[in-house]
Amino acid sequence: MINPARIRNFSVIAHIDHGKSTLADRLLERTGAVQERDMRAQLLDTMDLERERGITIKANSVRLNYRADDGDDYVLNLIDTPGHVDFSYEVSRSLEACEGALLLVDASQGVEAQTLANAYLAIEEGLEIIPVINKIDLPAADPDAVAAELVAILGGTVDDVIRVSAKTGAGVHELLEVIVDRLPAPGGDPGAPLRALVFDSFYDTYRGVVCNIRVFDGSIGKGDGVRLMATGVDATADEIGVLVPAPMTIADLGIGEVGYLITGVKEIDLIRVGDTVTRTAIPAPDPLAGYREPKPMVFSGMFPTDGDDFERLREALEKLRLNDSSLVYQAETSRALGFGFRCGFLGLLHMEIVRERLEREYDLDLVSTAPSVEYRANLTDGVSIPVRSPQELPPPANLGSVEEPYVKVMIITPSEYVGTVMELVIGKRGQMGEMTYLSPERVELHYRMPLAEIVFDFFDQLKSRTRGYASLDYEPDDYRVSDLVRVDILLNGMPVDAFSSIVHKERAYRYGKAMVERLRELIPRQLFDVPIQAAVGSRIISRETIKAKRKDVTAKCYGGDITRKRKLLERQKEGKRRMKMVGQVEVPQEAFISALRIDE
Amino acid sequence: MSAGDLAAPDSVELADVAAHWKSAYVHIPFCRRRCPYCDFAVVTPDEGGTPEVVGRYVAAVLAEIDMEPNGFGPLDAVNLGGGTPSALAPAVLARILHRLANRHGLRPGAEISIEANPEDIDADTAGALCEVGFNRLSLGVQSLDGAVLLSLGRAHDVRQALDAVGAARRAGFGSVSIDLIFGTPGESVGDWRTTVNQALGAEPDHLSAYALTVERGTDLSRAVLAGAPAPDPDDLADKYEFLDEALAGAGMTRYEVSNFARPGHPCRYNLATWAQGEYLGFGLGAHDHRGGIRRRNVRRLDVYLERVGRREPPESGREVLGGWAAEQERVMLGLRRGAGVVAGPAGGALLRSAAGERLVGAGVVVVRRDRLVVARPLLTDAAARAVVALPPPAGWE
Repeated sequence: MINPARIRNFSVIAHIDHGKSTLADRLLERTGAVQERDMRAQLLDTMDLERERGITIKANSVRLNYRADDGDDYVLNLIDTPGHVDFSYEVSRSLEACEGALLLVDASQGVEAQTLANAYLAIEEGLEIIPVINKIDLPAADPDAVAAELVAILGGTVDDVIRVSAKTGAGVHELLEVIVDRLPAPGGDPGAPLRALVFDSFYDTYRGVVCNIRVFDGSIGKGDGVRLMATGVDATADEIGVLVPAPMTIADLGIGEVGYLITGVKEIDLIRVGDTVTRTAIPAPDPLAGYREPKPMVFSGMFPTDGDDFERLREALEKLRLNDSSLVYQAETSRALGFGFRCGFLGLLHMEIVRERLEREYDLDLVSTAPSVEYRANLTDGVSIPVRSPQELPPPANLGSVEEPYVKVMIITPSEYVGTVMELVIGKRGQMGEMTYLSPERVELHYRMPLAEIVFDFFDQLKSRTRGYASLDYEPDDYRVSDLVRVDILLNGMPVDAFSSIVHKERAYRYGKAMVERLRELIPRQLFDVPIQAAVGSRIISRETIKAKRKDVTAKCYGGDITRKRKLLERQKEGKRRMKMVGQVEVPQEAFISALRIDE
Repeated sequence: MSAGDLAAPDSVELADVAAHWKSAYVHIPFCRRRCPYCDFAVVTPDEGGTPEVVGRYVAAVLAEIDMEPNGFGPLDAVNLGGGTPSALAPAVLARILHRLANRHGLRPGAEISIEANPEDIDADTAGALCEVGFNRLSLGVQSLDGAVLLSLGRAHDVRQALDAVGAARRAGFGSVSIDLIFGTPGESVGDWRTTVNQALGAEPDHLSAYALTVERGTDLSRAVLAGAPAPDPDDLADKYEFLDEALAGAGMTRYEVSNFARPGHPCRYNLATWAQGEYLGFGLGAHDHRGGIRRRNVRRLDVYLERVGRREPPESGREVLGGWAAEQERVMLGLRRGAGVVAGPAGGALLRSAAGERLVGAGVVVVRRDRLVVARPLLTDAAARAVVALPPPAGWE
């Protein structure tokens, strides 16, 4: 076991593209963990999709051995954190495993909202923050301005700010020294019963669930009987090891140490991020604080374009869930879209990632319904039920009130866009909170607003109205009663469940009208007139008609045309196979996809 | 003419007996110029259609006729189409006609039809054509509006068109047909009404009216791709509905989507085609249907001349129709007719299908005794598409 005084546990907080992975690569290289010739750019991001999107989805950790200028050998545990708002709980657990954090900021970009949100999170956890400016080698770099911004946020002086170029390696040695000097060594009681935090877990086909742990009290050794305190699962520590960055087995982990644990447990649900590992023989009386059940925030129906793919979709979801306990799903039937699944996600990015993986890795062609949040319906008899899809909203007669989830939103924007951001937020039912100038040019704005508005198209609008300069972070707030209604869309008199949506009463007309008009454009003319209506309950709020097709015949058909004619008709019929029947109306698959796309 | 011909043009007896008729088609590809909408096999003087080449072509057609073994006929119908058959002298056309008659025989009262451009038909030519044996003349009038004729790229004017109809009448053709095109960009509904009314005033026995179709590779298609207005389906529908009503009022029966006739004057060659009858095809790009095989000739003049010169069949491809494909085709074609088609296996399968239910529900297809009839002719392809999509039932392939 390693002397805790020689351990430094830290993570790197950074915005996408600010160079976190490159810096990690450089640290690995400088500490000899990886030979330069073995370097694969961005070593810590394991999944292809992560590499492609430039973000880290699953936290990971690596042990670095570093001989400092004082001549002593140190163990530096670099704990990677996911870089997106959807995964803030996972971020908080990763931070919990550290004593310090590098706040890494691009020298030409400045601080972004998510970075700041995570930095605040780290400060709340009591972490020591080392501000680091990256990419100082770039021509557009303005490290002095960024340093001033960091001082405004964190306090201290500009001399505390470390300047590096992860690309060239400039400043990396100084940074390593600062990590050793400024970050506190981990504390803890070596004689107390084992308490280790699970800050990440993933599923391996051969080994079952592999989890990353940080020991706070006591120690854990190979062969120990262990218990997961939240789920109550007992298991054996079959293997303990550290990542250097290749896995290396070791006999035990003591106070302040970080490593992985394999128990033979096969279900990811049983070893959850945030849980505490203790020893079965001498269990700790209390778990570490801060455990939370993963809670989906955004829901969407996913349906295979080809109904025959339903089973394949089920299998694919099962496989994804092996590694992602925050993904929840249950079978759902839509009259319009057939058999599919209602899926719950941590947020929009999580939803997009899952969808993309299903399409790319499992070769599925999917239609997904507009994302929805979890409403709470308070019935007249006093019972309160969750509503995760528009269909679940009880009829108005039984409905007392509907509550919707609100979120706390933080936006950082150049000050020139403050007006336009306020306008946008107010249009989305947001309520203004604090406003802080980070510098004369940049403002931090706080709001409370319905999650449903964010889920709709808020992020895209924010980006387009601020020419991409504003950044956004949000976290769950409370539920509030809102004046919400369900808008149904009827095609030829028949409600099309996939197009229903729960919207604020004031927005119902606009939503209904937009949807009806869009569908009129998207659905081809049929053999008869097809009315499209938007309705709230039994009240029609908007109506359009797709006029019947009047001409569908080629004028000539003579001897020379017959083969050609039949082939042409066959080809046209092929094109029609991607049609879904809604009652007597043929709706192209395209229409569903386009109508549900959330860009108005 | 046989007694059957005096039945209504859309009579079911006529429609069904046509399946047993034998006909022959000869393609004459030469045109003075290429009309912007036309995608037939056509050769203009600029493209090598010189008098010398025309002479070689006629010789090649005669040779191709000779290559065909005897015994197909006797022929119930002969049709010379193009191109512009009237570009050839009546005496030359007579040689082709006589060669066909000699090889296969003509049934008494057989329909001998020729397509002609109005500018080619004066009293002398009309008389000569009758004299050599043609008894039906189909005039490519296209429109009776001067501006529309210009934008269709036609060489004749309204006066010439009406004069040609008169000349044909006086020459003694048994049937005179007017061919019209509607939906030309720039043609108003009023223009079209004028065309229809004037055409009816000329008292044709038969009238074909085709919605302007944008065919790939034509000048019209290039213009549309470049942003020129394409024919509008609703405008076409308005014009078709006017036509249908006006012609019915004038005593002409719609016996196929685009074809109307007075009693006794439906085109036999057409009826045979829609009844899946057999026909020989000679000349450039001509099609041939016999024994469940659909064959087509090459469309390039030099290749055609060379092949026939070597006494090789100028075939460019063929389709052998399987049992179910032939059955689907029977219904697909038959549905175009006013008389409809005996439902049979494919029609029955259509009625049992979801698409068939919708077609019946929307009043597109109606069932009359054992037949299926399209009651909304402008939606015929919706029905035909459902037919060709039917999977073969057990026992078919």
